[in-house]
Amino acid sequence: MAYKIIESCVNCWACEPLCPSDAIYEAKPTFLINQKKCTECDGDFMVAQCASICPIEGAILDSYGESANPAGSLTGIPPERMAEAMAEIQAR
Amino acid sequence: MMEMNVTEQTTENVGGGCSSSGCGGSNDQLSHLPEHIREKVHDHPCYSEEAHHHYARMHVAVAPACNIQCHYCNRKYDCANESRPGVVSELLTPDQAVKKVMAVAANIPQMTVLGIAGPGDPLANPERTFDTFRQLTDKAPDIKLCVSTNGLTLPEQVEELCKHNIDHVTITINCVDPDVGARIYPWIFWNNCRIKGRKGAKILIEQQQKGLQMLTDRGILVKVNSVMIPGVNDQHLEEVSKVVKAKGAFLHNVMPLIAETEHGTFYGVMGQRGPEYEELQELQDKCAGDMNMMRHCRQCRADAVGMLGEDRGDEFTMDKVEVMEVDYEEAMRKRADYHASIEANRDAQKNQTNETFVSISSIKLHKKKELRPVLMAVATSGGSVINQHFGHAQEFLVYEATEMDVRFIGHRKVDLYCSGGDTCGDAETTLDKIIKTLKGCEAVLCSKVGYEPWELLEEAGIQPNGEHAMEAIEDAVAAVYAEMVEAGLPDKDKSDASIKITA
Repeated sequence: MAYKIIESCVNCWACEPLCPSDAIYEAKPTFLINQKKCTECDGDFMVAQCASICPIEGAILDSYGESANPAGSLTGIPPERMAEAMAEIQAR
Repeated sequence: MMEMNVTEQTTENVGGGCSSSGCGGSNDQLSHLPEHIREKVHDHPCYSEEAHHHYARMHVAVAPACNIQCHYCNRKYDCANESRPGVVSELLTPDQAVKKVMAVAANIPQMTVLGIAGPGDPLANPERTFDTFRQLTDKAPDIKLCVSTNGLTLPEQVEELCKHNIDHVTITINCVDPDVGARIYPWIFWNNCRIKGRKGAKILIEQQQKGLQMLTDRGILVKVNSVMIPGVNDQHLEEVSKVVKAKGAFLHNVMPLIAETEHGTFYGVMGQRGPEYEELQELQDKCAGDMNMMRHCRQCRADAVGMLGEDRGDEFTMDKVEVMEVDYEEAMRKRADYHASIEANRDAQKNQTNETFVSISSIKLHKKKELRPVLMAVATSGGSVINQHFGHAQEFLVYEATEMDVRFIGHRKVDLYCSGGDTCGDAETTLDKIIKTLKGCEAVLCSKVGYEPWELLEEAGIQPNGEHAMEAIEDAVAAVYAEMVEAGLPDKDKSDASIKITA
């Protein structure tokens, strides 16, 4: 049972000081979570702290490998609209 | 050529000798403030419009974490070609930041101010932010320290801020109504939870207002930044201006939203437009009834270096800074000397201004009906004088001349993203773009203009003027206005289409 930071992390440092288990550490190219130390904040907080402050959709996965913050959940941008916008930029 | 009589101006003059009430956009508008406050902002380029012609600032990017999300921000994009808040090229540790500040302050003697403005929220990174300030208080006591925040954790950090001798704080306040806030802030991180929507916005607003009051109660100067988002908070910002003024903020800076699809922000992707120049100016004028307005903000990057209109960050990347030898004591002496010469220069300019300002009565002689205002663009590389070649200008300052005064309206950046031409698949030439950027202006004052741009500018109804090179900007604008009036100011063509502000 552990959360995981993946490569879309932008290294903003927001999660690191919040972790009650000191499981998050600076690494290259991105921060990582020590899988042995992570408790998913169980017993410390109602919600996983890293996933609650992370500003990047998809950068943190839960123990099932699902995005803790799926596309559109933080920015409010509907994923279809984002895809359209990206296609527009590509076509320029 | 003109009569030189300033008697009608003298009541406007308390700000320290500027002949026009628009002078400073802040300087003279700050004139009613107590002496000790004017003293504090006298050489602060971000707080005093006049000072920004003479002094430089820098930001160090030591604060990456943020505790809220704004719809105009995207934490993913750190592009070297983009110039807007929240964007940086390299994140620094406090030790690196201190080294960089010392190197810049030794090489750019105009420097007076060090700010921490992100790229996240400085107060969401208190250890990194305060460690930087602590070291700088010790090593560069002549440099003013500033911090810019979203305000969420401000109340709990006011005591710490006071300890570090920080006397300038900027709070970004986009609303005082949670319903408006819910359309700007999708979430905040508060008491160990992510709180979305109106509820989060309400907490943020309460914290901002509380923090603002605490700071002003302690005599700390507070500037309020607001982003103007048409259709979201544009109607609301007048109210914001009133509220923050009542709580003692001394300056309000209404900035245009920057939103392009490629920035990947909510507003950019969802097609939220930014304001037109005219809309921004209109709102700034409305708010000005309640508040000192700042109009010279360049919305700079969180790692900007140099004078407000420029960014010399490339000269001071960490690899370059690491090998620079700096004699701290010597650099501080050099700065003090340089600042003294700037002040002597400013005093001389003021004295000269008082002698040469165009007489109001000379203009009124020609008055048959109310004379309309005229916008003019100015090319300057600093020093409050017209001293830049048209073709070298990366931005133009826009002044409005009326019968009563000359006032600074804002700046317009030229072609920031690319140099145009074939490389971007863009048929429009750089010159066409510049002319479009200057729309609404009827003259452009610079040290020199080439033959080709001269013709095109004239065709576009913008009179190029190189006759006032090295003259003080406001005197020159006033003189050109007087000439226009003399020649019989024609009615303005109202057909001008509005143009969009770009970053």
